[in-house]
Amino acid sequence: MAGIVGYGAFIPRHRIKAEEIARQWGKDAAAIRRGLLLEEKSVPGLDEDTITISVEAGRAALERAGIDPRLVGALYIGSESHPYAVKPSGTVVAEALGVGPEVHVADFEFACKAGTEAMFVALSVVESGRAEYAMGIGADTSQGAPNDALEYSASAGGAAYLFGKPHVLAEVVETYSYTTDTPDFWRREGEFYPRHTGRFTGEPAYFRHITAATKAILERTGLKPSDFRYAVFHMPNGKFPLSVGADLGFTKKQLETGWVVPTMGNTYSGSSPTGLAAILDVADPDDLILITSFGSGAGSDSFVLRATELLPERRGRAPTVRSMLEGPRRYLTYGQYANYREKILLNE
Amino acid sequence: MPSPRYWREVPARYRLEAGRCVGCGAVVYPARRICPACRGQQFERLALSRRGTVVTSTVIHVAPTEFQMEAPYAMAVVETPEGARLMVQVADCEPNEVGPGMEVALEFRRIRKEGKSGILCYGHKAVPVR
Repeated sequence: MAGIVGYGAFIPRHRIKAEEIARQWGKDAAAIRRGLLLEEKSVPGLDEDTITISVEAGRAALERAGIDPRLVGALYIGSESHPYAVKPSGTVVAEALGVGPEVHVADFEFACKAGTEAMFVALSVVESGRAEYAMGIGADTSQGAPNDALEYSASAGGAAYLFGKPHVLAEVVETYSYTTDTPDFWRREGEFYPRHTGRFTGEPAYFRHITAATKAILERTGLKPSDFRYAVFHMPNGKFPLSVGADLGFTKKQLETGWVVPTMGNTYSGSSPTGLAAILDVADPDDLILITSFGSGAGSDSFVLRATELLPERRGRAPTVRSMLEGPRRYLTYGQYANYREKILLNE
Repeated sequence: MPSPRYWREVPARYRLEAGRCVGCGAVVYPARRICPACRGQQFERLALSRRGTVVTSTVIHVAPTEFQMEAPYAMAVVETPEGARLMVQVADCEPNEVGPGMEVALEFRRIRKEGKSGILCYGHKAVPVR
């Protein structure tokens, strides 16, 4: 059975606290913390982008897999902040990882679910036998307009998953995708910041798609929420994933390991994949794990995974998600943040 | 830097590929045609470890135009376990923390942009190991 043979994550070391953003705009930080359940978020440095995050996460995945990178026959990167409008992120990442040139490469975009989309296709390539190994990456340096609710959550980071058949760390038991045309969040060509429809991003978008995908995959597998040790849902803020999880019958204990959003923020395409990496960092053999992503526009991908005996042995080969969240950090003022996010206009 | 020159340097910049002299074993980064130690002309490729130790460093306060928004920042000569030395920017720290003997990891970063519409140039920077 095909599955995850290597995984890795990367989170930049810069942080800004919700209080600092609230102070800038004269908002009530306590109300934001209470309403969105967000403490702080990661911020990319001036030298970090989707490509650099993908390379670091991809290197960690290869370390855990312990394979020759030249055996990777496909590499897909999902992001809504690819640094180039025309020129794939994947070409740079493949060269840096030592993958290829005999490799199929593509960049994906599907708002916040582009990462699981890349994983889904990478898995399919391995299952079809067209490649021995294939990598799917979700990474973003997320955009949120100044003084918008998104500014408290839009952060930077990502995770990479290498799929293969031998020496699997987590088997993929089942997958399911659910997609409709729902205009809840978008960014037109040439626009710097995305737009969203406020409360409409909730019930008809996030909750409908995650609920439909999760219920369907449970039905297909004949599993119930209590069969799972861990579950992770896309994390646009702290509140939504806990709420949809509770609606579906999952407990806080099942959700809290992958619930990295309070201190990481929403890494868009990297969000639920990074939550999954945090789960794989601690899961025991035979644990069942559920991941359901959500991408505006809108759709959800669900995966049911089962950890293997090999996982505990391999996870120590690369840094854990919690070590990056709780390790050395640099806290920024709003002014430094505005500089790092290139919100300050300069002459050419 | 024109794009073709940057492209030629991809193996060294992206994968830290150095040259090891077949004659005397000296490791040179970036790879050269003639060994500075024994003048040998045969090299084998070697990917450097992505870690090292700061040999010496300085802090840049007056930066070239395209790095102005990053100043002040530290530059360091870092020696890898293979004995190769490379000049890199030290990121994710206060620049005056950097000094000889500091253990660093080499991470993949964007080094510069060729203006507003040119290519993006990637390579490695050092970050302190804590």
